[in-house]
Amino acid sequence: MAVLCVTDLTKHYNSFTAVDRISFEVREGEIVSLLGPNGAGKTTTIQMLLSLVSPSSGEIQVFGKNLKYHREELLSMMNFSAPYSLLPYNLTPREGLKVFSMLYGVRDHNERANALLEEFNLMELAGRKIGQLSTGEQMRLCVAKAFVNTPRLLLLDEPTSSLDPPTARQLRARILRLIRDSNGAVLWTSHNMREVETVSDRIIFLSRGRIVADDTPGNLKRRFGEDDLEEIFITIAREPIREPP
Amino acid sequence: MNRLHILGLFYRNIILIRRSGPKLFGLFGFVTVALLLWGFLTLWLQDLAPGEAVPDFIILILSAFIFWSLFDLSQRSFGISFLEEVWSRNVINLFAAPVKLSEMVLGFVMVGVAQAFLAFFYVTTLAFLLYALNIWTLGFYIIPFFVNILVFGWALGVVTIGLVVRFGPSADILAFFIPFLLLPFSAVYYPISVYPPVLQTITFALPTRHMFEGMRTAISEGMIPWQEVLWATVLNVVFVVLAFLFLYWMLHLARTRGYLSRLVHD
Repeated sequence: MAVLCVTDLTKHYNSFTAVDRISFEVREGEIVSLLGPNGAGKTTTIQMLLSLVSPSSGEIQVFGKNLKYHREELLSMMNFSAPYSLLPYNLTPREGLKVFSMLYGVRDHNERANALLEEFNLMELAGRKIGQLSTGEQMRLCVAKAFVNTPRLLLLDEPTSSLDPPTARQLRARILRLIRDSNGAVLWTSHNMREVETVSDRIIFLSRGRIVADDTPGNLKRRFGEDDLEEIFITIAREPIREPP
Repeated sequence: MNRLHILGLFYRNIILIRRSGPKLFGLFGFVTVALLLWGFLTLWLQDLAPGEAVPDFIILILSAFIFWSLFDLSQRSFGISFLEEVWSRNVINLFAAPVKLSEMVLGFVMVGVAQAFLAFFYVTTLAFLLYALNIWTLGFYIIPFFVNILVFGWALGVVTIGLVVRFGPSADILAFFIPFLLLPFSAVYYPISVYPPVLQTITFALPTRHMFEGMRTAISEGMIPWQEVLWATVLNVVFVVLAFLFLYWMLHLARTRGYLSRLVHD
């Protein structure tokens, strides 16, 4: 079953086209990585999926419903984490998780906040101001926030970007376990190709706003004759966009 | 309407106000200093023009000051509740949450009501202790003015949010400046008869003019001027509708042009 179905999604900013007629699906239980060089349109795509940016044309369906007409209902089944949108610095982690549990309509918000503090090893930081935490701790908290409503569609924009390798590995494992437990679907962006290879069922490569490849990591390696995803990334980023027939 | 969404926003703002010294000073400190200033000025005016033929400056000017502070606070607290999300780079989290715009506004209204009641009780008590001004002798007369003042403040708060969404965090100065712009034209400390005729016509469109003119009548004549209350209410309804249309328009522009994400990067 397709949790997310994107059809001909396009975003123009005046004469600049940030996202150009992209179509893809993410199915239940599937982890799809959205890759591409800087400016490829990944963040714009994610922001359209969160209805922070209106598409110029095209359609986004979540669980078969159009996001444009069912915004609040669908957002309550989704969540996201991004390094440019950390939790407010003037709350404590416990307060932040409680506030967001409430904003996502979670009735047992106190219990949910405590459960996530435990789950993400944040209990000993629970009473400190978020602004006093390290960037890595704030990022961990941001990912914890993404689970307040046990989302069925999770959008993770570089969730481990500011973490050291052991912490990143731990966090990845935790995210994967929680996702498998809830049979949720994930759209994951990262510039860490090892991470992408570890977590992804499928990879979508974006370049200059267009999808240039959409396949499993294994198939992509075979198609490009490379053993290393990073080499494929570099090749795709260099390739000129071919106009569709 | 989801009650939890509204309470979540209320809870978030109350934590900040309760914990922050500068915010508490914003709530009680400014009004204390201004009350002292206006109080001494009023006492001096009273000394210059003693006798029963002159108006009671203490009750007229200090009541006007108290209600103007209430208006200023209701607009500011509303705008700052949203600006707090911008300053703490939380605005994307907020707009990506399943919260309706009406729920967001109601959450801010709850914060505004809590602050307004606190500040109003504080300043009226202080005015009684310092200048023996008992505003509560006006009784139920003050209720229509109290409500209209809060609602107009919130309508301007909604406009402030729209401007911040459109022009970014640098528009935060408007959260403090908008009431000041209206002050000379709202007949707060003087009757509208002092305005030139053209200004009397123009200021008719301001609810604040009817509130303060009406309040003066209520104080000096001991009766509610229903016509002023009615005009203030009708104009308030118009301003609230226009403010919401403006905010919806600004949000539409922000989503189309990508301004929301700019709010965390500017």
